[in-house]
Amino acid sequence: MEEKNLICINCPLGCMLTAAVEGEAVVSVTGNTCKRGEDYARKEMTNPTRIVTSTVRVSEGYEKMVPVKTREDIPKGKVLECVRALKDVEVKAPVHMGDVIAENIAGTGVDLIAAKEVRKI
Amino acid sequence: MENYDIVIIGGGPAGLAAAVSARENGVERIVILERDRELGGILNQCIHNGFGLHTFKEELTGPEYAARFISQAADLGIEYRLNTMVTDISPKKTVTAVNCEEGLFEIQAKAVILAMGCRERPRGALNIPGYRPAGIFSAGTAQRLVNIEGYLPGREVVILGSGDIGLIMARRMTLEGAKVKVVAELMPYSGGLKRNIVQCLDDYGIPLKLSHTVVDIKGKERLEGVTLAEVDEKGKPIPGTQEFYSCDTLLLSVGLIPENELSIGMGVELNPVTSGPRVNESLETNIEGVFACGNVLHVHDLVDFVSEEAKTAGKNAARYVQERSIILIPGEGVRYTVPEKICVKRMEERLTVRFRVGKVYKNCYVSVYFGKERVIHRKKAVAAPGEMEEIALTKEQLMSGPNLETITIKIEEA
Amino acid sequence: MDKYDVVIIGAGVSGSAAARELSRYEIKACVLEKEEDVCCGTSKANSGIVHAGYDAPTGSLKAQMNLRGNELMEPLAKELDIPFIRNGSLVICRSREDLPRLEALYERGVSNGVKGLRILSREEVLEKERNISEDVYAALYAPTGGIVCPFELNIALAENANVNGVEFYFRTEVKDIERYEEGYRVITNQGVFETKYVVNAAGVYADQFHNMVSAQKISITARRGDYCLLDKSAGAHVKNTIFTLPGKFGKGILVAPTAHGNLILGPTAIDIQDKEGTNTTGEGLEQVMKNAGMNVKDLPMRQIITSFAGLRAHEDGDEFIIEEIFDAPGFIDCAGIESPGLTSCPAIGERIAGIIKEKMGLREKEDFISERKGILKPETLSREERAALIRENPAYGNIICRCEMITEGEIVEAIRRPLGAKSLDGVKRRTRAGMGRCQAGFCSPRTMEILAREQKTDIRKVTKSGGASYLVVGTNKDIF
Repeated sequence: MEEKNLICINCPLGCMLTAAVEGEAVVSVTGNTCKRGEDYARKEMTNPTRIVTSTVRVSEGYEKMVPVKTREDIPKGKVLECVRALKDVEVKAPVHMGDVIAENIAGTGVDLIAAKEVRKI
Repeated sequence: MENYDIVIIGGGPAGLAAAVSARENGVERIVILERDRELGGILNQCIHNGFGLHTFKEELTGPEYAARFISQAADLGIEYRLNTMVTDISPKKTVTAVNCEEGLFEIQAKAVILAMGCRERPRGALNIPGYRPAGIFSAGTAQRLVNIEGYLPGREVVILGSGDIGLIMARRMTLEGAKVKVVAELMPYSGGLKRNIVQCLDDYGIPLKLSHTVVDIKGKERLEGVTLAEVDEKGKPIPGTQEFYSCDTLLLSVGLIPENELSIGMGVELNPVTSGPRVNESLETNIEGVFACGNVLHVHDLVDFVSEEAKTAGKNAARYVQERSIILIPGEGVRYTVPEKICVKRMEERLTVRFRVGKVYKNCYVSVYFGKERVIHRKKAVAAPGEMEEIALTKEQLMSGPNLETITIKIEEA
Repeated sequence: MDKYDVVIIGAGVSGSAAARELSRYEIKACVLEKEEDVCCGTSKANSGIVHAGYDAPTGSLKAQMNLRGNELMEPLAKELDIPFIRNGSLVICRSREDLPRLEALYERGVSNGVKGLRILSREEVLEKERNISEDVYAALYAPTGGIVCPFELNIALAENANVNGVEFYFRTEVKDIERYEEGYRVITNQGVFETKYVVNAAGVYADQFHNMVSAQKISITARRGDYCLLDKSAGAHVKNTIFTLPGKFGKGILVAPTAHGNLILGPTAIDIQDKEGTNTTGEGLEQVMKNAGMNVKDLPMRQIITSFAGLRAHEDGDEFIIEEIFDAPGFIDCAGIESPGLTSCPAIGERIAGIIKEKMGLREKEDFISERKGILKPETLSREERAALIRENPAYGNIICRCEMITEGEIVEAIRRPLGAKSLDGVKRRTRAGMGRCQAGFCSPRTMEILAREQKTDIRKVTKSGGASYLVVGTNKDIF
């Protein structure tokens, strides 16, 4: 059995976790102070994921850019592909919070949504 | 001059939460003065996630967190003015501000909540030697350029300081196409949250060099590179440890300072350690009726705690306004009054104020002034020092004036 | 290219003062400047001190120019609408053994003609300045010492010269100078300028131009001075300019309020090879802080907002050279202008114009405009005036620089004025936007936007200080 040390990123506490791994499987997680810590460690050892935040251009809006985020976390390995896919994306104002800016971003099955209201000029 | 019960300086997370809480505690006339073009403060440029786990039990981005409070404030009909810069606050709580529409104007407040936030320490605060080319930004300035304006300050980046903004910007710059070569930290530990080291540096293979600082800056027009060196336990560079990094951008995340110039101007005492006001349990400063919350009070790591603190400040400012005493002044011909102060909130529906006159008056009037306005003018055939006089005031009467501070009782001869 | 009567090389205070004095006369003159703006060399990184005049040897040109400059500065500041404060100066002597040197300085000052000099006892010093170090023994007090803003002085001189007809060519670097029958051909990266007279006010490069036309060579060394600038909250730490007893390298580290209410510490004096070597060094800054603290106690070093270095043009003979070169008629040097150069500039301008006037028999202009109005500062107006101003032009209600409370209106004016600002630093030196405690952290994106709008260009073309000093290099994700 092998032990891996991790820092939980779920909240600002930053708990130091230890995951006991056997082959592909996580046998146990210690050091966590809540259930989310355990979930994080299991996921991080098998299929690490991240929420991605970025911005895209807005035309005819009060702002030049609108912040966006993936509605859920996506595989860590897809993060760069996700932001690359946004290079030429431009949306027209008005933009409402939660509007889908790009569907199924980078083939993750997750939508990218607006995280701010941008009024039309 | 306009009158408000509470004037809140700053419409960021602290000002918004304070306003919401003051309104929820029953104060009607509240105004937020915000220098930027929108409410929300620095959260608007903090587009990353990780906000609100305490307050909303979910993970929000900065603009989303701000939007929750902005809509609460809107639902409560709280007034605000944007693009409005407060230039001065007097010890008597007269707030002077300027904007394009109204020009220079004054607002008289019963209570003031200081919620101006903080600013970043500049390069000079560290006295980093070298040239002064373009390409050196505080991390927050770069954050604004990238997240709000959509411009990339540079392509090859070194970051000095591992505070959270520095770490967050390491990831932001990477995801916008820049190469972040290294993050250097003067201290032997990081100034940021551990989760940010994992998800902003480790995820992208960006090295963090603890006990390192920038000892030289190269480039006369645009930055060409920086030299890092390891430092000893006193923070002094160790000779022979210099290492040159070519880069066109240096981001500084070397600390935040509460922005208290207005507070100092009005006579608020500061704590030299936090650089924020000294406050009591109500978050009230040494000036009665002046409260402080958020990063202007002390720099926070988490906006959730800012909101919590601001809520307390808003509630206490509301209580101060409501429990504020009206001063009774014995005017001409009146020697004293009992009582000398009235707290409107605590008073009975009807209050008898007793007093004595200074000499014998015939055919005089007993007059009562609310501020400068005469509200009672009662004819009296004889008044003498030997006879105690009285007048009655009702709670309803005292509540009607928007900003009643003094009541003067005097004898006016016919 | 047009033919000129006078070509002035360098738009620092000396060149600009000469230009302004010459513009009183019927003359065709221009100033060539290699940078994008005036006040980019020695004049930029300067203590801003108006010296009383006791330092230079009696009978020297330095002493003469200093005294005359000190006398002219106040009326000049009024005429050009720039801040000048006669705050006085103290030279601190910390031991009995040094007293003879202090007395010698007093004697020299008296023989130079400095008025009001007095040697103060320890008690008198401490009464005048409560933050002087306890071990002060005595001090030389000079009530005629003052402070100016070096940027505004330089900018105002140039602007006024320009309004009176002197042309300014920026980004124009002199490569060579040739004599020809009618005078000189000044060869630049922007073409050739033919002129009867040349004024060589090129600061640390003045030796190179001198040596192009004269057999008698001079040598100018760049002497670097590191400075630290403190926040306005520390500006009242001292009232007078506090000097240390002078040593071999200039006047030592001073502590002084600035004309805008900051506190300045510096400069060091380090001779260097690179004439563009305006980088501060760790040792230099440490020396500034250490030495400043010897005369003044409790300096709030936490209030340092920026540090910078400048180069003084030190000539081997340790004297100003302001004269026509004997073997190059029509070529007038203005070389070796180190301290007290800023103080002296009104006198230097006068002297240079005098030389040319006499040689050319110049006639005074009838329409010389001697007065210049500075950039309108809303904070100097009454409440009513300010309200009216904002009604008329709302840009004066839009505060861009929070630390110095500078409005969009002022920045726009700085850009649109004669010889207006072209870069962030240009705006900063004219309006103080970005010069405050956050050092442009907050206002630079906004100022960049205004510059781009006014210059009808893209924000990517906006620079910090001209040339390749671009502030942003691209747009988000553009390399993907």
